[in-house]
Amino acid sequence: MTVTDESTVNFPLTRPGPYAPPEEYTRLREETPITRVRTPSGGEPWVLTRHDDIRTMLADPRFSSDRRNPDFPFLFEGQRRSVTEFRPSLISMDPPQHGPARRAVLGEFTVRRTQQLRPRIQQIVDECIDDMLAGPKPADLVTALSLPVPSLVICELLGVPYADHEFFQARTTKMIKRTTPVEERLQCVADVRGYLSDLIKTKEAAPTDDLLGRQISKQREDGTEDHEELVALAFLLLLAGHETTANMISLGTLTLIDKPETRAAIVEDPSRTPGAIEELLRYFTIVETATSRVATADIEVGGTLIRKGEGVVAIGSTANRDPSAFPNPDELDIERGARHHVAFGFGPHQCLGQNLARAELQIVFDTLFKRIPDLKLAAPISELPFKDDANIYGLYALPVTW
Amino acid sequence: MRINADTDRCVGSGQCVLTEPDVFDQREEDGIVRLLSQHVEGEQAEQAKIAAHVCPSGALSLEED
Repeated sequence: MTVTDESTVNFPLTRPGPYAPPEEYTRLREETPITRVRTPSGGEPWVLTRHDDIRTMLADPRFSSDRRNPDFPFLFEGQRRSVTEFRPSLISMDPPQHGPARRAVLGEFTVRRTQQLRPRIQQIVDECIDDMLAGPKPADLVTALSLPVPSLVICELLGVPYADHEFFQARTTKMIKRTTPVEERLQCVADVRGYLSDLIKTKEAAPTDDLLGRQISKQREDGTEDHEELVALAFLLLLAGHETTANMISLGTLTLIDKPETRAAIVEDPSRTPGAIEELLRYFTIVETATSRVATADIEVGGTLIRKGEGVVAIGSTANRDPSAFPNPDELDIERGARHHVAFGFGPHQCLGQNLARAELQIVFDTLFKRIPDLKLAAPISELPFKDDANIYGLYALPVTW
Repeated sequence: MRINADTDRCVGSGQCVLTEPDVFDQREEDGIVRLLSQHVEGEQAEQAKIAAHVCPSGALSLEED
């Protein structure tokens, strides 16, 4: 089957503004919820747009995450090479490899473990705010808070020297940018992996008490020592730890400044903050295209037959505005109970670091508006540099003053 | 209600622990679900239903006692 002219949607689309998904995605969900689109790589994958269909597909192990499968639907040229030329990480694994590999590191990300990290996260957040307050006004919240907080947290957890953050941040930013040329993207991946490989070698010589050091010790106990697997894991966690939470801090802060009644609600009663965070995660759904799969059998989803070898892209941002799952979906309502959103994905690959992200966001928002109650934007929203050209939505800069 | 937790299916997202920490816990070594109580009623039963709904792996199910 090929895409007919009538149903052609050139994918992906950009958002008309920070608070709304592209109108075309909404139209797809309402009119042709399971359809095929044309991607910049020339592929014609299915897209899923309904909450129920997306949860069904992502929970079905017959939809494979194996990015080495030649039928795997990459949206952009170059993405295929940037994963197939390197050792696959967790996000690219299927059963039976995926379960044990995920369990080997899951103990580092339990709800209890992330609770234990809170005092240190609080310290990091306070120090970043101290520095911002001591500096000139207006300040760029992205460089003052959004980037350093998750970066410091993930670096300390992994055992990666924060002093090197400019080296890998510059490269991860390019990696997720859609306009980065293929060769440059590959070089960025190779640079960061090379850096992590050298770092892991020093830890293999003398294991340290951090996530990577503990993985080395664990692998030795289990007799499963595997340098390249650790490099793949470190690369995934470092990238995921940088480019996701940071953008949610920026977009969440923007929203809480822009919507004073929501800000007042969480400042008055911080027990509302966790619910507000789930709602913000739903509302923005910044990771749009990580939930692609390839069918390994003929499978019916929502009344449509998807054939073996066909690619499927789940558009979580649209699922999270599906009125059958979220009444009045375009309204930001921190009391709605949005926990069933798919902003962290769904199924066996659901975000490993989600509870760490929740802890960071909660501490940032609670602390920021308590310490700087009159925080405001130093530029109109319409002039802010949104990441319309990135695979993870967010802001390049957020000028604030107080 | 009686809760069944399939530890083979569980992917350790911790969604159940976030929902009802008095009923659900995670094993320290690998993050897999551990039930603190298997029989729940009232508010805990309601929370357990939410936990089953948000569980990404379908590891949780509830049945009448």
